[in-house]
Amino acid sequence: MQKNKTKTYRIQISAATENLEIIRGFIQQVARKAGFNTEQIDQIKLAVDEACTNAIKHAYHFDASQMIDLKIQLCSDKIEIIITDYGPGFDPQNLSQPDLNKNVKKGKPGGLGIHLMKTLMDRVDFYIIPGKRTEVHLIKYRTSH
Amino acid sequence: MNGFKVTRVDKDDVTILYLAGFLDAHTVPDFEKALQEAINEKRYKIIVNFKDLDYISSAGLGVFMGFIEEVRANNGDIKLTDMSPRVFKVFDLLGFPALFEIYEREEQAMEKFLKPE
Repeated sequence: MQKNKTKTYRIQISAATENLEIIRGFIQQVARKAGFNTEQIDQIKLAVDEACTNAIKHAYHFDASQMIDLKIQLCSDKIEIIITDYGPGFDPQNLSQPDLNKNVKKGKPGGLGIHLMKTLMDRVDFYIIPGKRTEVHLIKYRTSH
Repeated sequence: MNGFKVTRVDKDDVTILYLAGFLDAHTVPDFEKALQEAINEKRYKIIVNFKDLDYISSAGLGVFMGFIEEVRANNGDIKLTDMSPRVFKVFDLLGFPALFEIYEREEQAMEKFLKPE
């Protein structure tokens, strides 16, 4: 008898914004097959989009020759998506709740992506080796938390 | 195929931008271009109609934040209409209803421009 069987899917995709649509489609297929409902699938897709967009924009500065690793682990109780880039990294402690009013006055949008990830998923963890690798772990449990 | 389209219709001094498809980091430049063109023509009363937009990420929301200050400084506004519940949720999660007027129907936004309080 197999207990707690984990299914793993892994893709490597070039850091081009045109690939975001493909990534979302892939996530949708896997999450749907795993039995998540429509609302959960929408949340997971958007959170992954945000993480990948951050990698493309901030880690790689839109350099499509760089690669993003996407690993999806389906466990009995949750889905975990790990988005890895090999850019300089950042300090997650330095991030504060985005102040819409402040950002508007600066005429400079930003800071919304991570806030959105944290709101959409049950857990978001960052594992960063500065200058080497950044992993963003997005977790959603099968039952709401 | 790009997966995103913006169609502009001018009604008197109001510009309406109809969005279709998905608005993410890849398609955002097309939307920015359309907004910038309207602003370059000094058209500051803008309605963005989301009826045919299926998906939006924070990159899309960021466009509004980038333009709203200039538009309002010129006595205009960007009003948002016809969002699906799925698209509205994203705006709501980021607190946009506190900063932007969001209407169910385009006609309501148009009326607000025609008869400002």
